[in-house]
Amino acid sequence: MEVQPCNASRERSYGAPRRRFVEDAPVKLISAIIKPFKLDEVREALNVVGVHGLTVTEVKGFGRQKGHTELYRGAEYVVDFLPKVKLEMAVADERVEDAIGAIEKSASTGKIGDGKIFVFDLERAVRIRTGESGNEAL
Amino acid sequence: MKRLLISASPLLGMLFAVPGFAEDAAPAAAAAPVPNKGDTAWLITATMMVVMMAAPGLGLFYGGMVRAKNMLSVLMQTLVVFCLLGVLWAVYGYSLAFTDGNAFIGGFDKLFMKGVTPESVVATFSKGVVLPEYIFAAFELTFAAITPALIIGGFAERIKFSAVLIFMVIWFTFSYIPMAHMVWYWAGPDAYTSAEAAEKAGEVAGFLFGKGALDFAGGTVVHINAGVAALIGAFMIGPRLGYRRESMAPHSLTMTMVGASLLFVGWFGFNVGSSLEAGATAGLAFFNTLVATCAATVAWTVIEAVLKGKPSMLGAVSGAIAGLVVITPACGLVGPMGAIVMGLLGGVVCYWGVNGLKRMLGVDDTLDVFGVHGVGGILGALLTGVFAAPELGGTGVYDYVANAVAPYDMSAQLIAQAWGVGTAVVWSGVVSYLGFKLIDMTIGLRVSEDEEREGLDHAAHGESAYHL
Repeated sequence: MEVQPCNASRERSYGAPRRRFVEDAPVKLISAIIKPFKLDEVREALNVVGVHGLTVTEVKGFGRQKGHTELYRGAEYVVDFLPKVKLEMAVADERVEDAIGAIEKSASTGKIGDGKIFVFDLERAVRIRTGESGNEAL
Repeated sequence: MKRLLISASPLLGMLFAVPGFAEDAAPAAAAAPVPNKGDTAWLITATMMVVMMAAPGLGLFYGGMVRAKNMLSVLMQTLVVFCLLGVLWAVYGYSLAFTDGNAFIGGFDKLFMKGVTPESVVATFSKGVVLPEYIFAAFELTFAAITPALIIGGFAERIKFSAVLIFMVIWFTFSYIPMAHMVWYWAGPDAYTSAEAAEKAGEVAGFLFGKGALDFAGGTVVHINAGVAALIGAFMIGPRLGYRRESMAPHSLTMTMVGASLLFVGWFGFNVGSSLEAGATAGLAFFNTLVATCAATVAWTVIEAVLKGKPSMLGAVSGAIAGLVVITPACGLVGPMGAIVMGLLGGVVCYWGVNGLKRMLGVDDTLDVFGVHGVGGILGALLTGVFAAPELGGTGVYDYVANAVAPYDMSAQLIAQAWGVGTAVVWSGVVSYLGFKLIDMTIGLRVSEDEEREGLDHAAHGESAYHL
């Protein structure tokens, strides 16, 4: 199958954006890796500080927490990658500190393997249904 | 077949009354015996239970232990091998295994099931008791078809599907059928009317039957035979790519548990059905199969917990299968305490088979067919010679001429058992080696490296087990 370069479809024109991108308020993307069983607590805590949307992915990885060994008859396997949950959310600049605090508090068990939080500048965010962008898209 | 009588003296003859011979051996039987409906019903049920062991049982037991990308290849190999050999059994297998020939193989008298009718009957282990021949042939078909399917576990995850099928036809023809004939073929109890008649009957019996080797339900014919073939196959095909470097953890031990449970239940058809009657010996075989399996499961669980720190589910089901294997040759011949000791030893020794022995051999026997079936089969065959002794609660060996239990000579019996083990190991080893060699030189045994990485489900069968 031939793969079309992605800008080819843009040229085909699905119609102009309904609203032009002018100058959006700054938005950050927070990516947090947490222990899977903490997901509900974290979602509730984020809800309290005004984060009303996020994306969840089941991931595997390792940090300081050691893996474990599994034994199948005579064969021993070291499982280095442990299951974690990754949350991604776009947050208005002024809410970032609250959101980080909420995740930190709710995802913490005090034990090794609680996870990490990463924050990125987000260049652009668009709501597909309306075409709104920036803060309004969140 | 399956139970042999008479340890040393060469008796035996041929199971089915071939016209002419029957007249010589048993002249003027007043009325031909008629099958008992209870026996017949039980053998029909037992046969279905062995079918259940193969397609869902063994397939799921093995399938759960491979990686997800090879699940269907294992299910497919199990099912198709069973069915292919089922056809060959009717075409020539039954005739070559269970008609008069020489000590190593039968003849062509019943090729294409010739001469077998709804009315024809075969002998059991009691004088004057018979079974419809069709159901006997079907029961034996399931044994002949599931045994090669056991071998698949030795080289799972890397063999060509075509190579599996060709090898199985070769092995079935030149290893299974001769072993079945050597161990189980005899003239039936009615031929043993006097010492002279017994001697005459002994001339047509299989080689190992004549040696007095005891194998109630298939320790040599099924388990040692298949275990050795799997070991040779694993050795000749070579280890899987990434063996001992990458994780090859079982993809679903739940499936393995379901499969093992079907095997556990189905095995009562296998072992208890081998008494060929729904009678006293069937009850003994049932009880022994049950307690030996329980004992082996407990033994494996305990030894694993002690030596590795945690008792695993895979270990427990492996113990159950090991127990079933070990008691197979002995189930109708030993007492319940003998069965428990055999089960305990089976659990411990097969645990070593998949750990220490496997490391010593250094062969990638994917699903430990040799470690469980080969090792368990050898142990069971030898211990049968010990625990069949009446002093140890066994039944001893029945003398059909005297119509009584014969004096038991344990050392002579152990030598007979060793003949059975040695013959099975050497015979299956040679046939397997030649079979694999032949395929290797012609179409090749192994899939390409790319196909192996991709997984046999997609590469060989064009489908995937799971869409999650």
